[in-house]
Amino acid sequence: MALSRLDNLYRQVILDHTNHPHNRGVLDDATSQIELNNPTCGDVIQLQLNIQDGVICDVAFEGHGCSISMASASMMTVAIKGKTEAEAIEIIANFLELVQGEDIGTAKKTLKDAQMLSGVAKFPARIKCATLAWKALERGIIQENETTISSQLHTEE
Amino acid sequence: MLDATRLKQDFPILHQEVNDEPLVYLDNAASTQMPLKVMNELKHFKETDYANVHRGVHTLSERATSQYEAARDTVSRFLEAKSTKEILFTRGTTTSLNWVAQSLGDLVVEKGDKIVISYMEHHSNIIPWQQLAKRKGAELIYINLTPEGFLDMTDAKSKITDGVKIVSITHASNVLGVVNDVKTLGELAHSVGAKMVVDGAQSTPHMRVNVTKLNCDFYAFSAHKMCGPTGIGVLYGRQELLEKMEPVEYGGEMIDFVYDQTSTWAELPYKFEAGTPNITGAIGLAYAIDYLEEIGLDNIHQHEQELVEYVLPKLLAIDGFELYGPKDVNQHTGVIAFNIEGIHPHDLSTALDMQGVAIRAGHHCAQPLLRYLDVMSTARASFYFYNTKEDADCLVQSIIEAKEFFQYGFI
Repeated sequence: MALSRLDNLYRQVILDHTNHPHNRGVLDDATSQIELNNPTCGDVIQLQLNIQDGVICDVAFEGHGCSISMASASMMTVAIKGKTEAEAIEIIANFLELVQGEDIGTAKKTLKDAQMLSGVAKFPARIKCATLAWKALERGIIQENETTISSQLHTEE
Repeated sequence: MLDATRLKQDFPILHQEVNDEPLVYLDNAASTQMPLKVMNELKHFKETDYANVHRGVHTLSERATSQYEAARDTVSRFLEAKSTKEILFTRGTTTSLNWVAQSLGDLVVEKGDKIVISYMEHHSNIIPWQQLAKRKGAELIYINLTPEGFLDMTDAKSKITDGVKIVSITHASNVLGVVNDVKTLGELAHSVGAKMVVDGAQSTPHMRVNVTKLNCDFYAFSAHKMCGPTGIGVLYGRQELLEKMEPVEYGGEMIDFVYDQTSTWAELPYKFEAGTPNITGAIGLAYAIDYLEEIGLDNIHQHEQELVEYVLPKLLAIDGFELYGPKDVNQHTGVIAFNIEGIHPHDLSTALDMQGVAIRAGHHCAQPLLRYLDVMSTARASFYFYNTKEDADCLVQSIIEAKEFFQYGFI
């Protein structure tokens, strides 16, 4: 049956994350908040980060979208919690390569459950769904650094 | 009686497998396919007659000019306009509506005036008016919808009052599948001295349109939604108004005389067509119109009605199927927007794609409408004359199988 191809996309672990998302909610002590949407389809993610001394101590997300975008957000939070910003940036790069169909070798391990989204590469129309949360994370880290640099500048003044 | 199976033979693209399944193309509200006849005519034009128009004094330019202007005649006759001067070639409906908002807006809208649209408009018939309202300090007012998804004509009457300068409404919704009574809205608009603009992107391909009888001031549509090429569309405008309006773009053949510090404009319709126009596009549109007229717009309309009559009850019978728009098959175009409980429309669309069925999923460039309906996105199947009852059956069956997949396959 043609639908069996969907197995490539909707693995059990992905649907588990869709139905039982990790780190869904809001943080009381967020240092960064990012809202990102996919203008072509209306999917939205609100991501909150608590970053202390360059380490992502906590992360939470809210939003709405298809199962791929929500599962990907959940998987992303699991992969990056406790990582340094530099490690997170590398994990994001690994993920973006993975869903573009690149062979990232052992770097897959850094993605934890998110490596299960490799099948998205066979569904080009869904790559944007899978990457929304990761793009939000990237923006959050950049935003955090801009804030840090800005506050450092103010301190120096 | 229209023979869709035979007509489908005219479209080579429809005879292929997608994801190892026979293609069922149901995304016609976004873009329709081009018949071989139109492709061949365009190929012939490009192989034998192509040149720039209006400026050359050689044979090819004469031939190209003659066919480009003949295309304008075809559009004028197709819309039953009073004159070819009322037919402007644009890049599509979006450009057409932007031109009106800018040029008519500058002519008639002042601070404190009102512009009336509705909650079922495409972004292309919202944003140009938002921008105009901001530019002029005018107020943008939305007509509400009835619970069934029709335009609320009582609300329209209460909002189209003194101070309204422009009313701009879609002829047929790209989500709800309803056809609006733009003639009555036009009468209302004119009764308060407002101008009536009609977005015909979803109506022109599917039903006969007579702009003179509709008594609208402007009417916009795109070729790619009616078997023609992309990048070409039409703005019909009432001659008396177009004469008073300023061009939106300047340069090239739209001039009459260019002096050092000032210029004068060419006569209609050239006043608005700056630069080299989309020559092959305009000619392709005329071929597409010839093709559609050969089938007959009334036959096309009737066939789509029959398809909706056939498929809508089957869809409504699917457990968890939610329709956006009227359930009355007699008041529904071939556009069917829906959701299946528990399945995000993107997931559904991918599942259908794996079964060869091409539909649309998302907000359909109608975010205010989706907010009004309190839904983030929907799936949308849209039929055209080359779709058959077998296509409709495939849609129903593929939804049922997708439901099974998401309900029992993995969870």
